[in-house]
Amino acid sequence: MRKTYKLYIGGAFPRSESGRSYAVTDSRGRFLANAAQGSRKDARDAVVAARKAFGGWSGTTAYNRGQVLYRVAEVLEGRRDQFVAEVAAAEGLAPRAAGATVDAAIDRWVWYAGWTDKLTQVLGNANPVAGPYFNLSVPEPTGVVAVLAPQASSLLGLVSVVAPVLAGGSTCVVVASSARPLPAVTLGEVLATSDVPGGVINILTGAVAEIAPWLASHADVNGIDLCGTDLADAVDLERAAAGNVKRVLRPPASESDWSADPGLTRLTAWLETKTVWHPMGV
Amino acid sequence: MTSERRAFAYAPAPESRALVDIKPSYGLFVGGEFVDPADGTSFKTISPSSEEVLAEVAEAGPADVDRAVRAARRAFTGPWGRMRAAERAKYVFRLARLIQERARELAVLETLDNGKPIRESRDVDVPTAAAHFFYHAGWADKLAYAGLGPDPKPIGVAGQVIPWNFPLLMLSWKIAPALAAGNTVVLKPAETTPLTALLFAELCQQADLPPGVVNIVTGAGATGQALVEHPDVDKVAFTGSTDVGKAIARAIAGTDKRVTLELGGKAANIVFDDAPIDQAVEGIVNGIFFNQGHVCCAGSRLLVQESVYDEVLDSLRRRLGTLRLGDPMDKNTDIGAINSLAQLQRIRELTDAGEADGAERWSPPCELPEQGFWFPPTVFTGVGQSSRIAQEEIFGPVLSVLTFRTPDEAVAKANNTPYGLSAGVWTEKGSRILWMASKLRAGVVWANTFNRFDPTSPFGGYKESGFGREGGRQGMAAYLRSTDA
Repeated sequence: MRKTYKLYIGGAFPRSESGRSYAVTDSRGRFLANAAQGSRKDARDAVVAARKAFGGWSGTTAYNRGQVLYRVAEVLEGRRDQFVAEVAAAEGLAPRAAGATVDAAIDRWVWYAGWTDKLTQVLGNANPVAGPYFNLSVPEPTGVVAVLAPQASSLLGLVSVVAPVLAGGSTCVVVASSARPLPAVTLGEVLATSDVPGGVINILTGAVAEIAPWLASHADVNGIDLCGTDLADAVDLERAAAGNVKRVLRPPASESDWSADPGLTRLTAWLETKTVWHPMGV
Repeated sequence: MTSERRAFAYAPAPESRALVDIKPSYGLFVGGEFVDPADGTSFKTISPSSEEVLAEVAEAGPADVDRAVRAARRAFTGPWGRMRAAERAKYVFRLARLIQERARELAVLETLDNGKPIRESRDVDVPTAAAHFFYHAGWADKLAYAGLGPDPKPIGVAGQVIPWNFPLLMLSWKIAPALAAGNTVVLKPAETTPLTALLFAELCQQADLPPGVVNIVTGAGATGQALVEHPDVDKVAFTGSTDVGKAIARAIAGTDKRVTLELGGKAANIVFDDAPIDQAVEGIVNGIFFNQGHVCCAGSRLLVQESVYDEVLDSLRRRLGTLRLGDPMDKNTDIGAINSLAQLQRIRELTDAGEADGAERWSPPCELPEQGFWFPPTVFTGVGQSSRIAQEEIFGPVLSVLTFRTPDEAVAKANNTPYGLSAGVWTEKGSRILWMASKLRAGVVWANTFNRFDPTSPFGGYKESGFGREGGRQGMAAYLRSTDA
């Protein structure tokens, strides 16, 4: 039996409200499946779902968030064979290379899961202000982050851009690789069965060029990762994002080597710093 | 009093001890398997609430300690040392998951062997132990962010000696950061509470942890001494009494061994007149009667501002009348058994000294079971600052009450012991909390709460309460060599 690939919004798997779909092929052009072609309204629904989930997700303890994200890695590994097949088909990799990619994606989830309760310790600090005040700076999540996932790396690249959003406590609307969306939809199935509350991550498939402008200009989106768009389109998107002063991650000149140590860039991009003052005295 | 006590009568709600299989005898856990000690000696571990013998446990001599250290060294230079950090992390995560999966079993075993109420082992000891492994697992592949230079390295073989008050939790405080940083360990649990460490050894087997990464040697003080003095132990971590801590510091003088010591305490719990009294009384009770007062950071000195002294003491006595002392396996029990006869005798000696010093002793009406080791919750009032019960760690359910008038006086009295592990402040005024926190010479200050522990939160003492921290980013430093120039 073949699977119907749908969107993942608010914890459910709807078809596109537009009723559209498009044919997804493997690296040699053979038909794999029809994927939902997400629309402006789907993107808006996804933002509403992400905003609704933000209070709960950002309010969980870092320990709890870490356990939930670690669980994602456990469930992901349980579906390893399925991902290896989908990544091999999408990216034209030999089974062995696809397996290494999936393993790296699992490790990446684990890496970010371990960050939830360490971010504050590594990025926050007490400040020795010159006066009788207690002064503390702590990172807090930015809010709703739109992510244009990388176009080439359908799973490892995707995980590398969404996991840091979630680890920091923000919620996410991600537009999957247009040509290679199937591993993303399957990742949605993993997330739906991993204690990640509905709406914390929402996955759209379709044409990035069609959906991205609506996310970039959306007034209830706080940040946008332009990773999966090309440099030419990125300029317009960055301009649109300025409308409500979104935090913007610009796309790389060419797609990153996702197997490299990711560093903290994608975590800190979606964090605010809050400083709290309180007087000290009897 | 009688009607009040009747209102609090609860039907027995005993936890099932069938949840755990205790073997008649246990060997040492060395190189991934249970082995017999070289000279075949053993000792008995008993349940302090019934004095029933639970199991025979091997007593490790110097030859056994040497064997364990060699196993740890082989693992360090071998598979564990060569392993990718991300893979190492997964083993530590797996240990966290195994503790979570076998939580009930561990809780029952802890309560049987230690005498603490099942409610505490189930709700505090075991979940916090799992949390420690979970938190530290994440550090394994993030050591470059620990503030110790770009590529900090493990120290080597850690010799770790832990106390009997939180057996599994102290094990996790020791083993989790050590493993995450890439060290291997030889751990000696306390002689009166070895069983959860031995069950943990089985978890290491279930996790397929490479042999020798974790080794458990059971025994008494001599075993611990052989371990910390072993020439191939690179790092010593000790939690226990200040006297033994000093002996360890002397023993390793002149060696290259790194050391952290988490020793005794005599914490002041300071209640100001604007504090919410009911909340403060709960904090005072939790501060000193949690775990029968067998807590190094226990709030064993209550400092009350004079203007609310009567109100606080009346409320405290009324609350103590509701505490239920008895069978630790009963889910309603608040106060369990004293861990050993030796500890009971020490508590008796110090409380007798308190009376001899002129302090007034009070306990609520409280029947003590006939079998086992028990001491009623006890409050001393009129305690002088120089009295032994104001200066020495009793490590039992005994509270010494002193008074103060001004914040300066509270600070002076709070700091007036050789210890400096923890302190509590109760006031509605935030600025006063922070001022007090800045003046108290203690490694942990709790405000409007007490006895809170979290793997992310560094814990450890000033002065004779020891040095080094456990937990948080600072705790990782104890198990890493900095690569700064």
